[in-house]
Amino acid sequence: MVKTMSAVASNRRFFTKLSLVALGMFGFGYLIAPLYDRLCGAERTTQTAAKDAARPVTRVDLARTIAVQYDANVHGSLHWSFRPLQKSSQVHPGELVHIRYEMTNDSDQPMIAQAVASYAPPAAAAYFHKIECFCFKSQALRPHETRSMPVVFLIDPAIPGDLPTITLSYTFFEVPPRKSA
Amino acid sequence: MQVALDNVPAVAQLPHQGGILRWIRTTNHKDIGTLYLFFSLSMLLVGGLMALTIRAELFQPGLQIVRPEFFNQLTTMHGLIMVFAAIMPAFVGFANWQLPLMLGAPDMAFPRLNNLSFWLLPFAAVLLVASFLAPGGATAAGWTLYAPLSVQMGPGMDMAIFAIHILGISSIVGALNIIVTILNMRAPGMTLFKMPMFAWTWLVTAFLLLTVMPVLAGTVTMLLFDRHFGTHFFDAAGGGDPVLFQHLFWFFGHPEVYILILPAFGIVSAIIPTFSRKPLFGLRSMIPATCMIGVVGVSVWAHHMFTVGMPVAAQLFFMYATLLIAVPTGMKVFNWLATMWQGSLTFETPMLFAIGFLFLFTIGGLTGAILAMVPVDVQLHQTYYIVAHFHYTMVAGTLFALFGGTYYWLPKWTGHMYDEKLGQWHFWLTLIFFNVTFMPMFFLGLAGMPRRIPDYALQFTNLNSVATIGAFGFGLTQLLFAYNVIKCIRGGPRATAQVWEGAKGLEWTVPSPAPHHTFSTPPVVE
Repeated sequence: MVKTMSAVASNRRFFTKLSLVALGMFGFGYLIAPLYDRLCGAERTTQTAAKDAARPVTRVDLARTIAVQYDANVHGSLHWSFRPLQKSSQVHPGELVHIRYEMTNDSDQPMIAQAVASYAPPAAAAYFHKIECFCFKSQALRPHETRSMPVVFLIDPAIPGDLPTITLSYTFFEVPPRKSA
Repeated sequence: MQVALDNVPAVAQLPHQGGILRWIRTTNHKDIGTLYLFFSLSMLLVGGLMALTIRAELFQPGLQIVRPEFFNQLTTMHGLIMVFAAIMPAFVGFANWQLPLMLGAPDMAFPRLNNLSFWLLPFAAVLLVASFLAPGGATAAGWTLYAPLSVQMGPGMDMAIFAIHILGISSIVGALNIIVTILNMRAPGMTLFKMPMFAWTWLVTAFLLLTVMPVLAGTVTMLLFDRHFGTHFFDAAGGGDPVLFQHLFWFFGHPEVYILILPAFGIVSAIIPTFSRKPLFGLRSMIPATCMIGVVGVSVWAHHMFTVGMPVAAQLFFMYATLLIAVPTGMKVFNWLATMWQGSLTFETPMLFAIGFLFLFTIGGLTGAILAMVPVDVQLHQTYYIVAHFHYTMVAGTLFALFGGTYYWLPKWTGHMYDEKLGQWHFWLTLIFFNVTFMPMFFLGLAGMPRRIPDYALQFTNLNSVATIGAFGFGLTQLLFAYNVIKCIRGGPRATAQVWEGAKGLEWTVPSPAPHHTFSTPPVVE
């Protein structure tokens, strides 16, 4: 009987030690979160996918000038007015350009719309980099509200020489109110 | 050896209670093993029913039977139920029945905890199945529960999270019990190296459970906090990272597949020597191979995530580590083949399932080595090739071993021989229909059919129809198994103590059926 008791006690001690391991692993799960930020979050330049996107444009090609014209449209029955605050700019490839567009909700109710960009000639699209644009998100305007929004872009210096003029055109489409699923 | 239990623990000496109370209050390892096995058989049928609904929808392109939302709930719950409620409890059931018998122990080390870890399961299962009735239905984020989708789902997701918590507690307590039983309760003379492979594989499995189940518990807790308490572990808008969820999940998820396959290796290592009438070839290499799978298995998880955009160095590490696992696994396969080499083979149902396991699991394993290679994986990621691969390991590997093990030990458990002819039918139909179901999925995956979709492009129609026919054949065949088990419990030719001519080990020294209490005085091994 004494032997039996010591066996039971030994089992209990063993059980306690193993439970501590389980508890430790539960804590380790949380440790992975900061560990992950440290190891994977800080240095992402070694990522295969990031290489192209991370390539910086540092050179401004002062020898060339490209005329960029701005255009604005409203699709269908959307009761908005929409215009660029400047007709065009003369742009050196590689130069950071700031422009503004103005949009007004002419209707009597709040509306949401999203702008979609297009380029003419279409071949220019690959070299036209928008860094900031109102078209990245849908715009919600109260009745008769007017808003002026920025576009920041640059043209890649790698652009071929046969594109002296580029037209940047935006069209606003109404976003229908989302149906709840 | 500290164990010399002349007296069985006081709880085990209680008189037999009749009726349902006996099963609720039982602390007997054999009773609890039986409960586990019946529970897992019923959940196998529930999960199988979901699989058949999925396959019925995929019989033809277009949407015929279920809505896409419900389809996603079915694929998710099929995975969760099969992994957590069918396969894992089945192995714990085997461990409960067999470990004390194999080691010469009177019972598990902690009989009351054993009762607790079983009776947690039905509640978790009810929570999982009832989540279909929650607003928005059951979770449809896939069994991997990837964030951010799992952060956004309805209350069905919370029910799944709580079910996983309960299942996790049950598994951890079960694992603790098994480790202490194996390391502290062996009969005098039963050294670690004389222990059967089944005990060895369960020892490694239990340590894996102890290591990774708490991490899963932590992960779903973080998910719960992201959902309800304003934290941002996985929400990019709040500074979190959904890729972190994948790391946490697969830190659990990959060892989990070894948790599901190692005890199967143990069962096959018991069956093959018996029906070859030779001792297991290379036991001394089997043990380190098992340990190596356990150790390397926790450092390969990111091979599930090759497409998330990780550094090349990390991709290489996880690729090589994954391929390294093929080495100990290959050692095991060669050892089983060498055991059969020049043996006096007979082909009773357990042996048939073991040989079926050997063939099909090797296909599953080799396709795993193909998927381990980064450039191939990037192509095959999220296709039906993956679905085929893991069903070859989890169904033809794990489930075949479970069937084989059941037929092998059923005479010891019930005292009756099962119907051999019915068993043979069960094996051959299972083998054929399994391949009809899952072989086409390799080709569907190579052709580019994505997984987890209710509808597909027309060119995939023929192979999908074949797979669906196979699935219904496979599902119906399993009713033969259920019938055979029940028939064997009710009666049949009496089984001898040794049951099988070539069977060796302590469990074959007790009468069949095994008495309610065995080894109250420990046997002496050699």
